Amino acid sequence: MSAPVLQMHNITKTFPGVLANDDVSFDVHAGEVHTLLGENGAGKSTLMKILFGLYQPDSGQILLRGQQANITSPTDAIEKRVGMVHQHFMLVPTLTVAENVALGLPSSRGLRTDLDAVSERIASISEQYGLSVDPGVEIWKLSVGERQRVEIIKALYRDAELLVLDEPTAVLTPQEVDDLFVILRQMTAADTAIIFISHKLHEVMELSDRITVLRNGRVTGHTTPAETSRQQLADLMVGREVKLAPDKPPVDLGLVRLKLRGVTVKGDRGTIAVDNVDLDVHAGEILGVAGVSGNGQRELAETIAGLRPAEAGSVQLDDTDLSKANPAQSRAAGLSYVPEERMKDGAVGEFDVSENLLLINHGEKRFLRNGLFNFDAIKSHCQQLVDDFAVKTPSLSTPTSSLSGGNIQKVIMARELESSPAVLVAAQPTRGVDIGAAEYIHSQLVKQRSDGVAIVMISEDLDEVLGLADRIAVMFEGRIVKIVDRENATKDQLGLAMAGAG
Amino acid sequence: MSQFFTLSVLTATLATAIKFAVPYLLASLGETIGQRSGVLNLGVDGIMLLGAFGAYYTVLETDSHLLGLAVGLIIGLLMGLLYAVVTVFLHAQQGISGIGIFLFGLGFSDLLFQELVGSVKPVKPLPTLDKLPGVGGIFEPLVDIDILGPLVFDHDLMTYTAFLLVPVVTWLLNKTTFGMNVRAVGENPQAADSLGVSVARTRFIAIMFGCVLAGLAGATLALQLAVFQHNLTNGIGFIAVALVYFGAWQPRWVMAGALLYGLVTATRLRWQSLDIIPQGASDIAAMTPAIITILALVLLASRARGPAALTKPFTRH
Ligand SMILES: Nc1ncnc2c1ncn2[C@@H]1O[C@H](COP(=O)(O)OP(=O)(O)OP(=O)(O)O)[C@@H](O)[C@H]1O
Ligand SMILES: [Mg+2]
Repeated sequence: MSAPVLQMHNITKTFPGVLANDDVSFDVHAGEVHTLLGENGAGKSTLMKILFGLYQPDSGQILLRGQQANITSPTDAIEKRVGMVHQHFMLVPTLTVAENVALGLPSSRGLRTDLDAVSERIASISEQYGLSVDPGVEIWKLSVGERQRVEIIKALYRDAELLVLDEPTAVLTPQEVDDLFVILRQMTAADTAIIFISHKLHEVMELSDRITVLRNGRVTGHTTPAETSRQQLADLMVGREVKLAPDKPPVDLGLVRLKLRGVTVKGDRGTIAVDNVDLDVHAGEILGVAGVSGNGQRELAETIAGLRPAEAGSVQLDDTDLSKANPAQSRAAGLSYVPEERMKDGAVGEFDVSENLLLINHGEKRFLRNGLFNFDAIKSHCQQLVDDFAVKTPSLSTPTSSLSGGNIQKVIMARELESSPAVLVAAQPTRGVDIGAAEYIHSQLVKQRSDGVAIVMISEDLDEVLGLADRIAVMFEGRIVKIVDRENATKDQLGLAMAGAG
Repeated sequence: MSQFFTLSVLTATLATAIKFAVPYLLASLGETIGQRSGVLNLGVDGIMLLGAFGAYYTVLETDSHLLGLAVGLIIGLLMGLLYAVVTVFLHAQQGISGIGIFLFGLGFSDLLFQELVGSVKPVKPLPTLDKLPGVGGIFEPLVDIDILGPLVFDHDLMTYTAFLLVPVVTWLLNKTTFGMNVRAVGENPQAADSLGVSVARTRFIAIMFGCVLAGLAGATLALQLAVFQHNLTNGIGFIAVALVYFGAWQPRWVMAGALLYGLVTATRLRWQSLDIIPQGASDIAAMTPAIITILALVLLASRARGPAALTKPFTRH
């Protein structure tokens, strides 16, 4: 076999207070998919950013095609045919697809942009790999799946021979994931080497040729799908035995705590996003709301949370009418909300961990002394939450934005569940969250259910919905097109309903 | 009031409005480029003052408008260098650095004026087309055309330059690789950086454009008024920054804002001279342009969204 396209040898990288990569080695051959697997904060993104020249390793070596490579900036990486689709998209929303692709490249027309030529080449790449996208449209108008295609096109346009995809599927619908895998297989068939990162074990088993597992910055195992199982991978990642499906104790259904009648809501573009929805959610019940993203789930959640006014209909929590409530009133009535876009709506990135943990209840007596903050009480409260939810953070005063994605989600969860709500709305509670954390978040949801909380869990992940929900509602084009008890639900049936064919 | 609504008075008011708009337009076009790259420069007024003094003093000494404008331009360049180093390479907070530049410009231009000139000494103003040495004769008949003459042909070369810069800056921002880089680093510098676009270099050049135009704006102001005095600009540079917001970061709307400001100012002066506004109310009247601009900002601001990375220093980690 020829030399691997990439060899990373003994890479070590520290951040203040964190050993992000500890003596990590792995390699990738042309035409294979090598998966990096690991919990949130295991150091996957850091390792890839080192490869792409965004971070410099403290020690270690990178070899590309057998040659020692010194990569000090993304420009170096791109020159050496390394492409990267970042975990958080690196696109300029106000620029067009062609402009985003052309950024940083010399123009054939000197000072002037040559977007026509760029568009032409984009079209031919699109055709070759089935990556359909309109080069002339601005990024902000595109769906998440389309944006990702633009990221891949960016790399292909630069003739990447090694493509890194950092959690590309976290934001995709099941159908989009299938499409992506078809594209990736075409690329490996054309001898491109791919590094793939995902928390979803079935994807990893399906796509990978080889797998390297990281935990706390260290390699804990190299394996292949043929030699391993989902359970074994999960255990390797977490370092202990993991329950992939939560145990749900039987709970007696209580009274209706959340009641929606004829709720109709407009979306951001002014069109009807939620269309005449009726729902009853009982104490001690998890209602799973399934659906392909963009079918009104987000708007529905925001309306229940008091963030988006309803055009018509009523929202009632226990005996309180929340139809016209603002977020503060909803919370006072006993509503907790875990939003889908955690960095935008769930946490303040520049705030530190303890500030985000206290975002809602900082006015409570127990945190105050003589009208001022009682920092001892605050500290012990926050430390308790961080320990309970196993948030991986160097300290309580670390800026939240520097935590890994899954850990940010844990911070929000800790805050929202701490207030013992009556109704909990959780949108995509485990999106981008690793298995260990997902297990924990799931167990917390089940615990809340046992405590008599009425839970609305919105998720695109059918495995999650089927594993947790007591009843399942499917949303399509703003309406609830199907509502079934868990016992009577099958994956196929739900999938069809999600596609509007139920 | 009726004496205002005569054709000749209206025409003259409009012509004055166009002239008044020029320093605003130059400065705010420059600021537009800077802001599109993510850099707010509140020091425009200070740079204008230094450019104004430099140009004025050069003309006072050499009698050459061209040299005067060149000096204004070079002062803009030097101040741009200073501001760029502080904000782009040293990652200083933009708001406070800009105020520093303003205070420096305000104080230093006054000091130089006191030391080198002392009392108000007029210079010759920038010539209008028909007064241009050599070729002026060609334009003389054009100025006499009804309405069109005073509106279009009775201006100095800097006025034409300023208005010509509107399509030029639009083209620069939208049709060149530099402009594309500017828009990218102003919106998502991380993304631009990940593709090998140098955020620092792009912002540096954008700031230089902005400051050169600020220096020229000051020079033009001094040479149009043909004098220099303490705080000659009287806040024009700050209005220019506001006009960028007013114009939603689009050169043509920035131009509309500059013209509106010029028009309100010209109308106010005309009304004062016609005694439509009583003398006692002149202080209040002097505030109308600012008030109208603020109102326009409030009404329009909610619609437009500025560059997402505006005022945010960029570092890789
Ligand atoms: N710029 C930074 N400054 C400080 N700490 C950082 C920085 N980037 C990452 N870290 C820390 O390094 C560790 C590894 O983070 P990294 O983002 O590589 O994890 P990951 O495996 O990609 O996790 P996830 O699955 O959540 O994306 C984490 O503890 C994180 O908080
Ligand atoms: Mg990551």
